[in-house]
Amino acid sequence: MIKVENLKKAFGAKFAVNGLSFSVERGEVLGFLGPNGAGKSTTMRMITGFIPPTDGTISVGGFDMVENPIPGKRLIGYLPENAPAYSDMTVQGFLGFAAELRGLSGDAKKKAVGRAVDMCFLESVLHQSVDTLSKGYRHRTSLAQSLLHDPDILILDEPTDGLDPNQKHEIRTLIRRMGETKVIIFSTHILEEVEAVCSRAIIIDRGQIVANGTPLELKARSENAGAVTISMLGTPAADVATKLNALSAVKEVKLLSEQNGRTVLRCFPSKDQMSGVFSRAVAELAQRESWRLEELRVEEGKLDDVFRAITLSETQKGATQ
Amino acid sequence: MSAWNNVRAIAKRELGAYFSSPVAYVFIVIFLLLVGFFTFNVGQFFQIGEASLNSFFYWHPWLYLFLVPAVGMRLWSEERRQGTMELLLTMPITTWQAILGKFLASWAFLAIALLLTFPIVLTVNYLGDPDNGIIFSGYIGSLLLAGAYLAISSMTSAMTRNQVVSFIVSVVICLFLIIVGYGPVTDLLTNWGSAALVDTVASFSVITHFDPFQKGLIDLRDIVFFLSIIVFSLFTTGVIIRAHRAG
Repeated sequence: MIKVENLKKAFGAKFAVNGLSFSVERGEVLGFLGPNGAGKSTTMRMITGFIPPTDGTISVGGFDMVENPIPGKRLIGYLPENAPAYSDMTVQGFLGFAAELRGLSGDAKKKAVGRAVDMCFLESVLHQSVDTLSKGYRHRTSLAQSLLHDPDILILDEPTDGLDPNQKHEIRTLIRRMGETKVIIFSTHILEEVEAVCSRAIIIDRGQIVANGTPLELKARSENAGAVTISMLGTPAADVATKLNALSAVKEVKLLSEQNGRTVLRCFPSKDQMSGVFSRAVAELAQRESWRLEELRVEEGKLDDVFRAITLSETQKGATQ
Repeated sequence: MSAWNNVRAIAKRELGAYFSSPVAYVFIVIFLLLVGFFTFNVGQFFQIGEASLNSFFYWHPWLYLFLVPAVGMRLWSEERRQGTMELLLTMPITTWQAILGKFLASWAFLAIALLLTFPIVLTVNYLGDPDNGIIFSGYIGSLLLAGAYLAISSMTSAMTRNQVVSFIVSVVICLFLIIVGYGPVTDLLTNWGSAALVDTVASFSVITHFDPFQKGLIDLRDIVFFLSIIVFSLFTTGVIIRAHRAG
């Protein structure tokens, strides 16, 4: 539904976005990750037609967003960064106005506003002026605006920014539920959110895509991914390490801790090992040796590690260039 | 027809924004007080002893010089400051629909303020026997004048997120449009320029084109003058907004 090709945006001589290409289809929830200033918001602003790209093409639902943006804009619901809303209006007035711009009037408008208000839990502040709202309510007011016309495409710039844990949970549930039938692109700094909500994640750094895949695939890029951590009682660490190293599947063994007779080790598989096969090999060894195992765990890897590894190395490369 | 619906929705919101804050009422009160002061005290309405509103309309270019930019300064700078511009311009509307809607709303607001000066029309009709045709044409001219200033304010408002800057730049431009045709200034110019030059310069002045309306002349050329300022300024507003979005 959304297809972006070789997208570029220059502010002066600096490229905020430099050659992005990706596409998103219905039923996907795409997470945009990246350090501050990586070009996430700029990309979203170009997709929604707020700012024109310096180069490249954006097609939304088959419509070119540069040549003919209006039909594409109709398909999109957009929550800009910082969730703007007209502070001199009431919540109801604001949503009514947004609905009118979406071409809704009369009963259809009333129904759309009512539905959005229900989805974002805004009944209690309906007649309150926007500038008297707390940040959470203000945020949800702006979010409600993007849901009015039940859009096929939702673009949300940091939808959970500044919300309390309960509100974050509500918004995530909402995104997950709507993601089944719509296209959703959202940006976030919170990595656990990506794991909880996204079907796919793109990591952007300095205007370029540095990783693109499902959260599981990205996590697999972590150095700990596929490693097996074992914790046992009674056997000295040195003995265990020797036994483990004797296995051909083991590339490296790392001692994590040895205290009060409890040994915790992590062993890394040599290349081309299926993680199930590797963990079974470790488990069988433990059985043969009758180790008093407390725990045997396959590490999935952490998105945090991957994120840091990718974006830090890129930044350092930039610094030395 | 959806184009017109969009313009109407934006105009409705904008007009609502004026009246939902005290600004509208403060503005109207100040406007009416100043109009009264200039008409009766400075313009010496009673002492002249004429059944006309000359002393009323004469001061409008100067009154509007400060009051119209005060109304227009928030049009776009407020959108930029609050970030709602991003919301507005990612809606399925075109930029010119937004510009037109906002302009028409503030123009309607100024028209309301102007209409509230009706007691002076009643007063002059009670005291004497004025030519109401001239008064009518004076009101038309005044409204066009306000529209021209307002379009300029819309343009300066799109330049900045700071309302004060928008106000000052707008006042300066409007002042320029007054003084190039203001009597004392044109007299000064005749001392060192040819008459043709002075006429050419003065033909850019709102005073030159507002005068005929005060005399009861509704000339197509004067209407075109004001309308072309409006069209040009609103067009420039669009260009500025476009440039701002392009970064």
